[in-house]
Amino acid sequence: MPSSPPPLPLSRSAVVDRYFLEHRAKVLDLAAFLDRVDRANPDAVGSKEDFRLTSLRGAIALLLDGEPERAKRILDLMSDPSTEPIAAAPMKGATGAWDGFKPASARDGENG
Amino acid sequence: MYIDPHVHMVSRTTDDYQRMALAGCVAITEPAFWAGYDRSSPQGFHDYFSVLTETEPKRAAQYGIAHHTWLCINPKEAEDPVFAREVLEIIPEFLKCESVLGIGEIGLNKNSRNELEIFEAHLQLAADHDQMVLVHTPHLEDKRKGTRLIMDAIKNHGVLDPNRVLIDHVEEHTVREVLDRGYWAGLTLYPDTKCTPQRAADIFEMHGTDRLWINSAGDWGPSDPLAVPKCRDEMRRRGHLEATIRKVSFDNPLEFLSQTGKFRTDVQPTR
Repeated sequence: MPSSPPPLPLSRSAVVDRYFLEHRAKVLDLAAFLDRVDRANPDAVGSKEDFRLTSLRGAIALLLDGEPERAKRILDLMSDPSTEPIAAAPMKGATGAWDGFKPASARDGENG
Repeated sequence: MYIDPHVHMVSRTTDDYQRMALAGCVAITEPAFWAGYDRSSPQGFHDYFSVLTETEPKRAAQYGIAHHTWLCINPKEAEDPVFAREVLEIIPEFLKCESVLGIGEIGLNKNSRNELEIFEAHLQLAADHDQMVLVHTPHLEDKRKGTRLIMDAIKNHGVLDPNRVLIDHVEEHTVREVLDRGYWAGLTLYPDTKCTPQRAADIFEMHGTDRLWINSAGDWGPSDPLAVPKCRDEMRRRGHLEATIRKVSFDNPLEFLSQTGKFRTDVQPTR
């Protein structure tokens, strides 16, 4: 018979006490990264935003929607949604984001 | 006392064996993987399998750690199916070694047709030799799709019992589906690209501890061979019961791996 998940033994205030500073630092890292991108010289070719940044902005929006399972939903957002094997591996590594992601605002009005 | 059921010690120093032993590690399993470069011949794999079955068990035993291994050609080197099948042909001679637990870490990397073909060939090899299987799931944006392709391929193959297959590197978006389909699942504690000790503890709180283990996957890249004791510490700091901590870091790997009939935790230090 499956056992029940072990509940988180900490109160909400204890969680905040324990992890706040760590995540304050992480959000500042994220802010500084986006500032760094803005300060960098524009690329010579093309002005379209890098798909990884588009994906990251979509992930940040999910953080603020008040719904549960944020980590799962961000991973889903950054995942390749296709279902068939590709013809050949183009490289060995991964970029961290699906290059076809579009933010919700860009999807408005699309068919299908 | 803990087990690290997925760590690539061939890429680590002997100091790491000592540190792991001091932290309470009594047994490890080391899946065959990509060395960071493509090997130029099947003989290169033969040499690698010899290191995994002869050299590493001796190095580990110095510190009282029982070393076991899984053999395969990894998906990163499976894009050439002819070459990959030549490597598959040399695996059976190693399966009789007392420290070889099965076939792994097999799976997909970029979810290509050739990778899938060689993954299915590994499944057949496992079935032909009654071997257990350790599965690697793809990285980052390729993980969810690859995990589903892998589970579908195992189901379509139809021979392997999901209870004898562990699907590794699960995260929040894949763990539930893997467990619901009857497989064991591994959480890899890996900086930046997989799961932190904190997120692993969160996943246990949300999905339970049945058929789940934690591992470091320590290798030649940014990784931490002490990630398992660090996750144990995170769970302890939160106030989890010692029995819960032991379950994910010792009891569960022991239960899964004992199905091989070869797994042991009782090596005395030889140095």
